[in-house]
Amino acid sequence: MNRLILRLLAQRIALALLSLLAVSVIVFAITAVLPGDAAQEQLGQEATPEALAALRAQMGLDVPAPQRYVRWLGGLVRGDLGVSSATQTPVADLIGSRLPNSLLLAAVTALFAVPLALAHGVASAVWRGSWFDRAASSAAVALVSVPEFLVATLAVLIFAVHLHWLPALSYVSDIESIGQLFQAFAMPVLTLTCVVGAQMMRMSRAAVIDQLEAPYIEMVRLKGASPLRTVLAHALPNAVGPIANAIALSLSYLLGGVIIVETIFNYPGIAKLMVDGVAQRDMPLVQACAMLFCAAYLILVTTADVCGIVANPRLRHR
Amino acid sequence: MASITTSATFAPTPRSPWLTRLSHFGASGWTGLAIVAFWALAAIFGPALLSRTGTAAGTAVFAPISAAHWLGTDYLGRDMLARVIEGARYTVGVAFVATLLASGTGTLLALLAAASNRWIDGGLSRTLDTLTAIPSKMFALLMVAGFGSSVPMLVTTAAIIYMPGAYRFARALAVNINALDYVIVARTRGEGTPYVMLHEILPNIAGPMLADLGLRFVYVVLLLAGLSFLGLGVQPPAADWGSLVRENIGALADAGASVIAPSFAIASLTIAVNLVIDNLPGRAARERGAR
Repeated sequence: MNRLILRLLAQRIALALLSLLAVSVIVFAITAVLPGDAAQEQLGQEATPEALAALRAQMGLDVPAPQRYVRWLGGLVRGDLGVSSATQTPVADLIGSRLPNSLLLAAVTALFAVPLALAHGVASAVWRGSWFDRAASSAAVALVSVPEFLVATLAVLIFAVHLHWLPALSYVSDIESIGQLFQAFAMPVLTLTCVVGAQMMRMSRAAVIDQLEAPYIEMVRLKGASPLRTVLAHALPNAVGPIANAIALSLSYLLGGVIIVETIFNYPGIAKLMVDGVAQRDMPLVQACAMLFCAAYLILVTTADVCGIVANPRLRHR
Repeated sequence: MASITTSATFAPTPRSPWLTRLSHFGASGWTGLAIVAFWALAAIFGPALLSRTGTAAGTAVFAPISAAHWLGTDYLGRDMLARVIEGARYTVGVAFVATLLASGTGTLLALLAAASNRWIDGGLSRTLDTLTAIPSKMFALLMVAGFGSSVPMLVTTAAIIYMPGAYRFARALAVNINALDYVIVARTRGEGTPYVMLHEILPNIAGPMLADLGLRFVYVVLLLAGLSFLGLGVQPPAADWGSLVRENIGALADAGASVIAPSFAIASLTIAVNLVIDNLPGRAARERGAR
């Protein structure tokens, strides 16, 4: 049985790596091949052929696209991400200085969102149809059907403008005490927790309800087990797989949310770096950030997949 | 001739399936439908009815709600009501066209995949699955970086991003229908693939695909609003609701109507579409059956 799981695990990881390779082709095609001649664009229509040829050679555009792709991918694998065309600094340095900030934001968000969302999800599944379930579920639907920046705007309105509890913007550079740390992180984390938590709560609720409907739970109830014991000792252990799946999938929503949240709160993270790169059409930077995000996304989705397989014996044999 | 037409009008008209469907709507479904209809009408006729744009001399910047300006004024002193109505044209219009494109191409490809041999089916499915390995916002950012931002580009981008989802949903439905007896009968009597796709399978998946279309519309609205909010979507002087929030974010500090109005416009539209979908009879029956 263990060998089967290991083989499946290897299969999934191989599939994820293959997807990443395909993604790299798409990323390269969109940013470097399809838009046309970058040298022409930089010099304008009146450029002399000699100047164009010189710039092309300097930018490495004088070789065919497949060769450029292989060169770019090789650099990516070796950790050579190229030089930012806007700031002329190595992309690896730019990303290296911002990445810890983003990871910290994601970690703090997960720390709050996961327990909160699971508690709400399990509680509303157990008390299905109660006023608590209806309130929590409607709030979750409302949160997932509005844009992230709206949640952020509302948070600023309530906590910064009306209550004056928190500053509207966050700057990580000037943190000296725990209080300042809390203030800097409060708004971005609050917004991301709402966005990611709503999704997670809905999915974990569905997972637990799925278990509570199963015949064996009816058996447990008929046996006379207390409601608490029914949920904690019987339903939850069986819902662990789907819940782990839900957590990993919902955390992949972080990647979308973080783009908006880092921009609105001016948080010096990797998503803000990428949005600035897109605005300045700084291709090496955009390519590297996009690959980083897609890799993170694939890791989360593959984790979700693996959790689902490991928890469900029937899926192991497919 | 005239008598024939009169007698025809007296004949009992069969109740259209749409009317029967609508009669099952709950109160929340009607509310949602009314809001969606309001924004659709606003997008089509609104700009013609309101002609109060342009910087009126002497108007205050970020003015509060007043009789002259129902939603106050924006960061240049323009009437906010007119801006929101104009924005509806971009938000609703662009998202609608993109959704139609995504769902239309997705459905057609799914029909082709279901009605064709394994190789075409497998090839299409694998190719489109690859596209879903890129998060939607990331793909949109890449497209903006590569091709700049214009309305046709935004429509194409949103259509490409949400087409694989529509394809996957439609294919799952179409594969089931394709295995039914009447499709086999149609094939046996010699009908070609296009006929089977469009006359045998399509009518039977149209209902669920419409519900899926609504959901996809919400996703597209959210994506485009997010892009515009980042300043990478609809470019000034044109503005959709996302860019209106971005432009007037300065009014946030004193909770001005100019930043709250477009935010609520987006929320009202997406929540209304969700309400309509939740009240569709087929969906409600499915959910009841699933429970």
